[in-house]
Amino acid sequence: MKSYFKNIYQTLSSIMAGMKITFSHIPQKSVTIQYPEQRLQLPERERNRIFVNMDDCIGCDQCAKACPVSCIEIETFKAVPGDIVGKTGVTSNGKKKALFVPKFTIDFAKCCFCQLCVFPCPTDCIYMTDVFEYSVFKRDGLIYEFSDMTPEMTIEKKKKLAEYQAEQERKKAEAQTSKASTPKEESQEKIVQIELKPKTEEQKNENKTES
Amino acid sequence: MDNFITSLLGENILTFVLVTIPIIVFVALFALYAVLGERKISAWIQNRVGPNRVGKGGMFQTLIDGLKLIQKEFVSPLRADKYIFNLAPIIVFTASFMGFAVIPFSSIFIGADLNLGLFYFFAITSLGVIGLMIAGWSSNNKYSLYGAVRSISQIVSYEIPTALAAIPVVMLAGSLSMQTIINEQAGGILNWYIFGGPGTVSKFILFPFMLTSAVILFVSTLAETNRTPFDIVEADSEIVAGVHIEYSGMKFAMFFFAEYAQMFAVAAIVSTLFLGGWQSPFGDLIPALNNPWVQFGWSISKALILVFIQIWLRWTLPRLRVDQLMTVCWKYLIPITLINLFIVGLYAVL
Repeated sequence: MKSYFKNIYQTLSSIMAGMKITFSHIPQKSVTIQYPEQRLQLPERERNRIFVNMDDCIGCDQCAKACPVSCIEIETFKAVPGDIVGKTGVTSNGKKKALFVPKFTIDFAKCCFCQLCVFPCPTDCIYMTDVFEYSVFKRDGLIYEFSDMTPEMTIEKKKKLAEYQAEQERKKAEAQTSKASTPKEESQEKIVQIELKPKTEEQKNENKTES
Repeated sequence: MDNFITSLLGENILTFVLVTIPIIVFVALFALYAVLGERKISAWIQNRVGPNRVGKGGMFQTLIDGLKLIQKEFVSPLRADKYIFNLAPIIVFTASFMGFAVIPFSSIFIGADLNLGLFYFFAITSLGVIGLMIAGWSSNNKYSLYGAVRSISQIVSYEIPTALAAIPVVMLAGSLSMQTIINEQAGGILNWYIFGGPGTVSKFILFPFMLTSAVILFVSTLAETNRTPFDIVEADSEIVAGVHIEYSGMKFAMFFFAEYAQMFAVAAIVSTLFLGGWQSPFGDLIPALNNPWVQFGWSISKALILVFIQIWLRWTLPRLRVDQLMTVCWKYLIPITLINLFIVGLYAVL
């Protein structure tokens, strides 16, 4: 009999307590973040869509080599000595650009956002942004092209390179034919000097990639 | 006269239709906005925002939901008993709507002031059980059948405390007519039956007993409308919405409408019996507030407060188990109402 009334009391008091708690929540501010209008601040080291600053890219291919899923594709060819790559021919930290980059694509359908491509970059031109909303209807839309070269420009520069290389070949052949004569060493030295300028940069890069 | 429309135009078929239309419009609007209110209040209780995209503060959300349900296909399961299956939502909705016939909105507006009004209400609302039962049976689905079995055991059990908790008021008022019960409570908040009704100071002896009756009536009508904590009939997590499981589109909407219409109906009954219905709480102090047109406001706002408490309870309490449900009914509510009945009866005789 005692427990009967105790049960009634406990039921009523616990219902009252519960209702008091729920009522106290009614005037409280909601904790919902209404996403498209309100956004959470992303953490400092967030990993989202990658961006490549082509003004600084020297086409060293290290990011593509570091990528575990091979989502970065880069095509490069040499620049003719004296030709300016990009707008200034120099990166923002003073490195000389010696390679044209006609193709630099990242396929974000493959990308696993591991950030491994970001660290090897000698010029810090590839980095993570805070953009994470880039869904598309077709997978092709996820392949991003970063190169700023137009196809006409590529053809023109390639033609220039071919001409230059042909000239070099011709000079080499000339030097070979006049091997016996004394002034040949001078001329050879000249060629080396001409070639040295762009090559030093290239060799550096090649060493880096191998390491 | 029962209401101003019949007293204006006389009693003929046309006026009966005219009396029905405002009620059905009111019920439809109430059901729409009670659903929205329920979603909003549940959101506030859970520190959420709730629907807020359609219209200002989501005010057209349920309207759009209703439109969506209307334009959906009428689907009947292959193995279902189609005739009965399609009949069930109609019965459930009709039963809950018929209860509105005796709900007094104002001293000049009541569907029909029957002299057995309260009796009629309890009889008609329990008709909805038949709808639920045939819905559960004809769906040919085990969860539906479970839901139907549970709903019958629940509603039939809770009929008893509902009726027993209402009888003290009937004994004091000496009538089953809704308007007579409300007229008895004239003269301010202290004359409401929750405080013992009209009479001398000695009536306050009745206050604890009438309060108990009011609470029990509220709780047991809550059980009759299948709302949490008594929603084992629907129990989403156990029997996946019970009898509603095979229904979609407008047929489902009718069950939904019926539930919300019944919520208002039982809230109006509790307010009629214990809270003075359309009576102004200030009685004759401010006669302007007892104007027949202001009385609409009183009756509806009292019922809406009770509906709010129903919603509030729903988002506070978890569901009862089946055995707990029966324990609450048979071991607690019924004995207490019987004792109440005895004491109030003794007072009424003396």
